[in-house]
Amino acid sequence: MTTPFYVAPEQVMKDRADYARKGIARGRALVAIRYVDGVAMVAENPSETLRKVSEIYDRIAFAGVGKYNEFDQLRVAGIRAADLKGYQYSRDDVDARTLANQYAQILGNIFTHEMKPMEVEILVAEVGTLPDGDQMFHIMYDGTVMDQKDVAVLGGDAESIGERLREGFQDGLDVAGAVQLGVRALAGPDRTIPVAELEVATLSRGSRRRCFDRLSDAEVTGLLV
Amino acid sequence: MPIFDPVVDPGSSFPELLRRVGLARDATVHAGLSIDVPHATTCVALRYADGVVMAGDRRATSGNLISHRAMEKVVPADSHSGVAIAGAAGPAMEMIRLFQLQLEHYEKVEGTGLSLEGKANQLSSMVRGNLPAAMQGMVVVPLFAGFDQRRGQGRLWAYDVTGGRYEEREYVATGSGSLHAGTVIKVGYRTDLTRDDAINLAVRSLWEAADADSATGGPDALRGIYPIVATITSDGWVQVGDDDLASRFESLASEVRAR
Repeated sequence: MTTPFYVAPEQVMKDRADYARKGIARGRALVAIRYVDGVAMVAENPSETLRKVSEIYDRIAFAGVGKYNEFDQLRVAGIRAADLKGYQYSRDDVDARTLANQYAQILGNIFTHEMKPMEVEILVAEVGTLPDGDQMFHIMYDGTVMDQKDVAVLGGDAESIGERLREGFQDGLDVAGAVQLGVRALAGPDRTIPVAELEVATLSRGSRRRCFDRLSDAEVTGLLV
Repeated sequence: MPIFDPVVDPGSSFPELLRRVGLARDATVHAGLSIDVPHATTCVALRYADGVVMAGDRRATSGNLISHRAMEKVVPADSHSGVAIAGAAGPAMEMIRLFQLQLEHYEKVEGTGLSLEGKANQLSSMVRGNLPAAMQGMVVVPLFAGFDQRRGQGRLWAYDVTGGRYEEREYVATGSGSLHAGTVIKVGYRTDLTRDDAINLAVRSLWEAADADSATGGPDALRGIYPIVATITSDGWVQVGDDDLASRFESLASEVRAR
C-alpha cells in the first residue's frame, strides 16, 4: 500500500480557493445597486436564454456568476426552498436571510468536503416594503456570506468595478440612474457594452405581489439615454 | 435546501417536489367513513368575443346550513387564467392553492410559463389525484378558463371527478346549481357576445341558480357580498367591481319585479 503524500490543510484550502477564483474570474461580472424603489441588477451576458439573474420569490431575486450549470442548480434549489416554505407556512415567512444562510451551508459543505469547489458567486436580494428593508447577501464559493448595503459586485475584476460603483453611488438614485451606473461600472472607461449583451432586472416595491421584473432590450435602451 | 440527484430530480413539478420531501398530503380517507364538510356550489364560465367570463356564487353549505357566506371559489390561477371550484370546500381550496403554486413554480424554474393546455392538463392530474377522497364524498369538480396567448383566444375546460378533461366551445357550469345556471347561459348564448352582455348573462345565470337551488347564494345586498365575476382577455384577469355588480343585480331585480 502506498502512503499518500501529506498535504497541509492550509495548502488544500488555498488550492481549492485558487481553483474556484480562477473559474469565476473567467466569466463576466454582475453588479447590484440599491435605488429608491428597490434593487437593480445589471449583468454582462451575451446569451438571451441562459440567464444570470432570476426570480426566486415574491420579493426575492437570485443572481449568479461563474459556472452556469452550478449556479443554475443553486437557483432551482432556492426556488424550491422558498416555494416549500411559503406552502408550509405563509408567503410572508419567506425571507432572503434564511435562503442566504442555506446557500452558505451548501457552498461551505461542498468547498470542504467535495473534490471540487463550486466555481460560483451568488447574490440573494430582497426588496422590503420600506427602503430600510432592502437586503443584499453576497455569497462566495466557500460559503462566506457578506451583507451588502448599497452595491454588490460579483465575478471577475470585482475590485475595479466595485471602485467605480462606490464612486458613482449616491442615495436616492432612480432606476435609470442605477442602471446607468451599473453599466458604466461594468464597462469601465474605455469600453461600451452593447445593449444586446446586457441582462438587466429589478426588484421594485409597489402594490404587486411579485416584485421581480426582467427588462427588455428596448426598456434598457430607454433607461440608458 | 432541497438538492437532488439528476435521476430523482422532480424537475419543474411542485406536487412531485412535495412527495420527494415528504410533505404531500394524502387524499385517501378510511374506507366506509363519510364526513360532513362544507360544500361550495355554483360556478360558470363562458366565452365571448375578447376572451372568457368566469363567475361563481359565494355560498358554502354544510347539509342544510350555510357555513360560509363569502367564499371565493373563482380565483385567478395566474395572470391569464382562472379556476373555479365546486365540491368539498377544504380539498377544493387546497387544490386551488397547489394549482396556483404549481403554475408559478413551473414558470420560475423553467423561465417560461406553461401553455394554457398544459395548465388544463395539470389541473386534470390534480383532480384525478383526489379520486380516492371523492369516493368518500369529498368530490372536487373544477372549471378552468383562460386566454390562450399562443392562439389569441379564450378557452374553457370542464372536468369530472376522475380527472376527465373536456374542452367546451361556448360555456361550462359546475356545482349544485349548474343545471339552472347552464340552461340560462345556453338559452342566452350567442357567439358574438360583448363583454357587457357576457357579464350580464353570467350574472343572470347565477341569479336563476340561486332562485331555484338552496345551496347557491344570491347577491347579498344586506352584507354587500356579491358573486365573483371576472373577465380574462389578452390583458389578463380583471375582476368586476362590487359596485358594478350591485347595479347589474339591481336592474335584474327590477326587471323581475315588473314581470
